[in-house]
Amino acid sequence: MTQRSITHPFGKKRRLHERVIETILFLFALFSIMITVGIAVILIRESFLFFSTPEVTLVGFFTGKTWQPMIDMFGFLPLLNATITTSVIAMLFAIPLGLFVAIYLAEYATDKVRGRLKPILEVLAGIPTIVYGYFALTFMTPLLRSIFGQETVEIYNTASAGLVIGILVLPMIATMAEDAISAVPKELRLAGLALGGTPIETTFRVVIPAALSGLSATFLLALSRAIGETMIVALAAGAGPNMTFNPFEAAETITGYIVRISGGDVSYNSVDYNSIFALGLVLFIITFTLNLISRKVSSLFYQEYE
Amino acid sequence: MQTQSMFGTKAEGLLLMQQRSRVSMFWKMIFIFATAIAILFLLLLLVSVIDSIFGYTVIRNEVDVPELVSGASSLDDLSRSQLEETARDNLSSGILRRVEYEKPIAEQSDRELRALIEQYIIKPSVLRSWGLWDSITKQDEIGAYMANQEDSYLIFKSWITPDFLTNDQSANPLNAGIRTALLGSLWIIAITFLLAFPIGVGSAIYLEEYADDTKLNRMLQLNIFNLSAVPSIIYGLLGLAVFVRAMEGVTSGAIFSAVADTTANGRTILSGGLTLGLLVLPIIIINTQEALKGVPDTLRMSSYGVGATKWQTIWSHVLPVSFDRILTGTILALSRALGETAPLVVIGASTFISVDPSSIFSKFTTLPIQIYQWSARPQGSYRNIAAAAIIVLLVLLLVLNSGAIYLRDILSKKKRMAA
Repeated sequence: MTQRSITHPFGKKRRLHERVIETILFLFALFSIMITVGIAVILIRESFLFFSTPEVTLVGFFTGKTWQPMIDMFGFLPLLNATITTSVIAMLFAIPLGLFVAIYLAEYATDKVRGRLKPILEVLAGIPTIVYGYFALTFMTPLLRSIFGQETVEIYNTASAGLVIGILVLPMIATMAEDAISAVPKELRLAGLALGGTPIETTFRVVIPAALSGLSATFLLALSRAIGETMIVALAAGAGPNMTFNPFEAAETITGYIVRISGGDVSYNSVDYNSIFALGLVLFIITFTLNLISRKVSSLFYQEYE
Repeated sequence: MQTQSMFGTKAEGLLLMQQRSRVSMFWKMIFIFATAIAILFLLLLLVSVIDSIFGYTVIRNEVDVPELVSGASSLDDLSRSQLEETARDNLSSGILRRVEYEKPIAEQSDRELRALIEQYIIKPSVLRSWGLWDSITKQDEIGAYMANQEDSYLIFKSWITPDFLTNDQSANPLNAGIRTALLGSLWIIAITFLLAFPIGVGSAIYLEEYADDTKLNRMLQLNIFNLSAVPSIIYGLLGLAVFVRAMEGVTSGAIFSAVADTTANGRTILSGGLTLGLLVLPIIIINTQEALKGVPDTLRMSSYGVGATKWQTIWSHVLPVSFDRILTGTILALSRALGETAPLVVIGASTFISVDPSSIFSKFTTLPIQIYQWSARPQGSYRNIAAAAIIVLLVLLLVLNSGAIYLRDILSKKKRMAA
């Protein structure tokens, strides 16, 4: 929404059909609010049904270390733990690498090189996630197994899934971070160089701190993307909740569980059916909060440069 | 002679300078290295897929052709009458009855007969397959493996063939094809477009051209940004609860008494398309807003100046000028929908259907879902067809994206000519 400097000379006093058109367009715009409300209502309603099942308690859900619907154990910590494991691995891999790529593109690459590299990153970003899942299963896992040994690394493991999620979010981090770095005004760099700093000192001590708000917003958004990523973990991280901190073991994430349960034929109103909505609600709250913080961060620390 | 300064001697200063420039060089190397790694991953991704679609494959036939007809070494050697005879003599009575019922053997073409004989009589199965790299480097191992095998033969196979595109699904990777999945994907994309394009462009026009800076409008905008970052699986849950379950009467076609098949229960193409429509809506809105932002205000002013109303201005000036960019943005959003897997798995796409989707109330499977199903199986040869399906999907996306760029170029050229 950009505020236009011009308005129509007749202002609001317009013909009837003009107003009808505006109303219709407004209703279209309201439709997206309805999507959000729909998501919230449905997730909350089905979660309410889930928590009103006698076997399920709120405390048990948030503190239980076992998720075994067959024996009425509904502790979601193992699922959350696996989600955190894959996301942290992804971030440890993608944040430094993406930041370095962004610095190279924004500060060092010539226009010609940048013009060649950015389309490559866009191609990487446009590949469907299921292809990354296939890559995790057929390339990353065998690679990890040949490095660390067949005994230590299981066929399905969170490390492989995490690393490939890292590759998935890498282009997103690189392009968004490049935008943030390029937005820093040239004068700051010139001032840094004029004070006798080498290019790298200027980058690390002047440009990066100036771009920090945009960079942190990027990282938060990437984290939210990693947490919500589904197909890579569904293929590579393993089926079956497992409370483990070992990244070479199989463990099912929140998203992986939702896909596995809904992929089979679940009957409506069963605990299984309601449980995927409760987990969906948790996922929605986590990612929504991260997105909101990301927006806040970028506006909170946004500095207006002259 | 040494010059003194507050930072020490000149020699010390030079040393410090050298040190600092070495640090600079070191980091620059790191940056270039990181970029190289990012590109390397794209290459690895493509290589690992391509590696799986070619390679040596060991196949065992249940019955060999010479056993069926003496003197013939392959099905291509058989004459028409021999083909018919072979089919009649060797098919089990149940299958024969079904085949005669669906399409009598006498009416089938030579090609169909060969396929029939291969599928039901010869019954080839894959014992083992190697990727392209292994096929080249591990010839000794393959030779050793073959030495221990009886009744089987080794061929160098390309898993992506014209038959792969046109065949039905099959439990046997050798016969499996992606026709139903391709059709499913196209149907879904069409529904997605019909839902998301009008609403998306309409919303964007409202937000860019009409909306004042009020609290409600700011909330609308913020909400769209937030929606675009909601994980796709959440949209799947929304689609499951709303389209598949609550609106089952509509999405299964029962209300219109147009049920395509009785088992779909709302898990239809319509549900899938609507779900993906909601998913790409925020992307289309944002892309269209960007396109509208690119239209200069002078154009609007001159239109107002000659007495056009606001809608006349938008319809005859703003939209035609930005149409190429709106189209490109929409195609990009649709290519996102084409590759989307998780929401469709959640709303319950069928994993195995052998009938082509015939209407929006049919059961469906899509290309990404096929890739998911095949990748998830432990047997090696399913990986090969998963890779072949990935190639088809990537080619489809490439065509879509380059088509978008081509269209944009044509349209913007037209625009310049008209101006």
